Amino acid sequence: MEDFLEVIDLKKWFPGVKANDGVNLTLRRGEVHAILGENGAGKSTLMKMIYGLLEPTSGEIRLAGQPVHFRSPREAIQAGIGMVHQHFMLIPALTVAENVVLGDEPGGVNYNRREAVRHVRALSERYGLDIDPTAKISQLSVGLQQRVEILKAFYRKARLIILDEPTALLTPQETRELFNIVRNLKAEGIPVLFISHKLDEVKEISDRVTVMRAGKTVDSVRTADATPQDLANMMVGREVVLRIQKEVAKPGAPVLQLEDVKVRDKAKNLRVKGITLELRRGEILGLAGIDGNGQFELADAIAGLLRPEDGRIIFDGHDITHMTPAQRTERGIAYVPQDRHADGLVLEFDLVENTILRDFHKRPYSSAGILRRKPAEDYTKRLIEAFDVRPPQPARKAAELSGGNQQKVILAREVSRDPIMLIAAQPTRGLDVGAIEGIHRQLVRLRDEGKGVLLVSLEMDEILSLSDRIAVIHDGRIVDVIPGDTATREQIGLLMTGSRTNSEVASS
Amino acid sequence: MSIFADAQIWNSTLSMAVPLALPAIGGTFSERTGVVNVAMEGIMLMGAFFGVAFSYWTGSAWIGLLMALIIGGLTSAAFAWGAIRVSADQVVLGMAINIFAAGLTAFLLDTVFGFSGTPPTTPKLPNVSLPGIDKIPYVGQIFTNQSILVYVMIAIVILSHWFLFHTRLGLRMRSVGENPLAADTVGINVWRLRYAGVIIGGLLSALGGAYLSIGVLNSFSVNMTNGRGYIALAAMIFGKWTPLGSFGAALLFGFSTALGIVLQGNGVSSNLLQMIPYALTIIALTGLVGRSIPPAADGLPYDPKR
Ligand SMILES: Nc1ncnc2c1ncn2[C@@H]1O[C@H](COP(=O)(O)OP(=O)(O)O)[C@@H](O)[C@H]1O
Ligand SMILES: [Mg+2]
Repeated sequence: MEDFLEVIDLKKWFPGVKANDGVNLTLRRGEVHAILGENGAGKSTLMKMIYGLLEPTSGEIRLAGQPVHFRSPREAIQAGIGMVHQHFMLIPALTVAENVVLGDEPGGVNYNRREAVRHVRALSERYGLDIDPTAKISQLSVGLQQRVEILKAFYRKARLIILDEPTALLTPQETRELFNIVRNLKAEGIPVLFISHKLDEVKEISDRVTVMRAGKTVDSVRTADATPQDLANMMVGREVVLRIQKEVAKPGAPVLQLEDVKVRDKAKNLRVKGITLELRRGEILGLAGIDGNGQFELADAIAGLLRPEDGRIIFDGHDITHMTPAQRTERGIAYVPQDRHADGLVLEFDLVENTILRDFHKRPYSSAGILRRKPAEDYTKRLIEAFDVRPPQPARKAAELSGGNQQKVILAREVSRDPIMLIAAQPTRGLDVGAIEGIHRQLVRLRDEGKGVLLVSLEMDEILSLSDRIAVIHDGRIVDVIPGDTATREQIGLLMTGSRTNSEVASS
Repeated sequence: MSIFADAQIWNSTLSMAVPLALPAIGGTFSERTGVVNVAMEGIMLMGAFFGVAFSYWTGSAWIGLLMALIIGGLTSAAFAWGAIRVSADQVVLGMAINIFAAGLTAFLLDTVFGFSGTPPTTPKLPNVSLPGIDKIPYVGQIFTNQSILVYVMIAIVILSHWFLFHTRLGLRMRSVGENPLAADTVGINVWRLRYAGVIIGGLLSALGGAYLSIGVLNSFSVNMTNGRGYIALAAMIFGKWTPLGSFGAALLFGFSTALGIVLQGNGVSSNLLQMIPYALTIIALTGLVGRSIPPAADGLPYDPKR
């Protein structure tokens, strides 16, 4: 196989950030080449330079042996590069066909709608994408929208396809379908650059992998020659623990009991349709499910952000169904919400203000209604140290921290108040292996201290590696609750689609 | 009812709709490309004043019309520059243009034409009856003795619809107003299309203004648009940001005005009828009758940073 794309000592410096600082890469014809790196490693920046969206500070890109300097995506497209962006570049108000042909539409002055639909349908059939060209984008699931992005690349006769974190928003089922599409591409001889920070995906789909760290390429290896542990170490730059070792749980008394709870979301749709569930002290209960099945509304309802329509919530022996969020906090409920920007942090506040957000009105942080900065600052410093928040500067604004470190601040604040129960919704979403490791350790530590942990997550790996019991939610109802140590991906995957009968066959 | 038996009310409705439909379609072009345009009122005033002024100075209403378009186009180009290139707040900028135009035209009317206003000898654009159609009873009366701009408007409604929804350029313009980054990544020049949208909007608004001063009348008076630019804004929204919808809304609003004039003689308050456009717009925005959803990137500046 010969080299199709070469990247030689490429650099891209933004003011104050060396996003790419010496990147080397060779992509051979017909291979699936993964770029693996933590968030902020510079993967998207590299791809944007290849695609003409960013101009390199220095270095060279060669396509089929020829140096190229794309000044716009249009030039990159003409050279045969197709890219599926991390954040889709689609127009929800337009149809699939219109999105695909946009910028290169069939017809003269008139837009030839019929020809566009015909062409897109033909492409979709040829690559087994199974998509209706006349559907509006806004009516499509995320997985289908991604296929439209892939169709855009095909339509422009891409000879190379870049997928930037393509699985971030997909369900396990959709991910499997995407992998089939990638394999089809490979069979057609089209090379694929597959960007990811997830080890298992890279292992599964790629032929070779290039690891990036802090703007530099660390190494390129054949995927088959590297273990996940090797890759993780390269990515983080130190030894990391992938799967937390934990003792067998010693569950105690029930800490949370849900009795036929029903919840409507803010738009007044009934999302939780009658859930009865129990969480004990000293256990991690994983709540698994496909996004949009009511799991986050349930978490909000337990924390008091949404009011249950019906049913009872018993916490530590008391009925808290009608308490305010603040009263629940007082009683020992800690909450790490899904959307850390909207609900977890005040981005414009510094770390000191954010860590005392729940307790600022109490001693020692204020007396006689006046805030006292010094005790708060000391407290923040202790948390920063205990949770390894970087950079360790209490006066930093929350907005200036990376996602992983923001999450550490929220977790530090919630956990250090010595709660009885923690609800963690997507606690590691978008974080790197290194940061995930730290957060997982904290969750297990809480459990071992005899606290109840409700882990709401869309990540199968996270649920499997942490949960003592796993409750699977589908369409606002619990399909089944299964023991964590014997659960398999396949079993949970099936339950997540709501098919309980199959799971009974599988588990019996 | 007897008033509907008289085709005259439809004749007036059509005539009243022109200075609403034209700027509403203009606004549609602007907002479809993603630039919120509240400057229709001001640009109409500019068109109205300069249309009549040049008509008087040159003795030709056609040259007046041309100059109205040129000055309307230039004003909107300035607006476009501020909104697109400088990323100024589009609503504030639009209001600034409205205030500026109101002041400028009032000042020029006074200094150039003095106390008595534009002379009664100023030429106006011709009125036309549609040959053939004007012989049909009832329907014919609607198209009898209408300003030439009424027919121009009808052509513009059809052309705009075709352009926005059936041409490649129209598709691109709409894409720019929905998601400029997506358009940029497939090689579409976002800024150029936004300039085009805003300037087409300015031309149509100026045409609407000129209709008032040299289409219906042959004179200009201070603040002669009398809020029509804002009603046009309402017509655009009520018409769901489409040329046909804008035209329909303009007809509805024009009808309520025409009705108001007729009913005034019968003791019904015309103020009540003048409320109709605004009431309907609020209903359209709150979604009681099929929600009006603006283009997704409407009002958001786009900065293609490299
Ligand atoms: N337009 C930009 N201006 C300034 N800094 C940027 C810009 N784009 C990315 N960065 C920074 O460059 C680094 C790499 O970002 P990115 O390439 O998106 O990483 P990845 O895709 O690997 O998560 C990050 O620190 C990010 O904050
Ligand atoms: Mg990225």
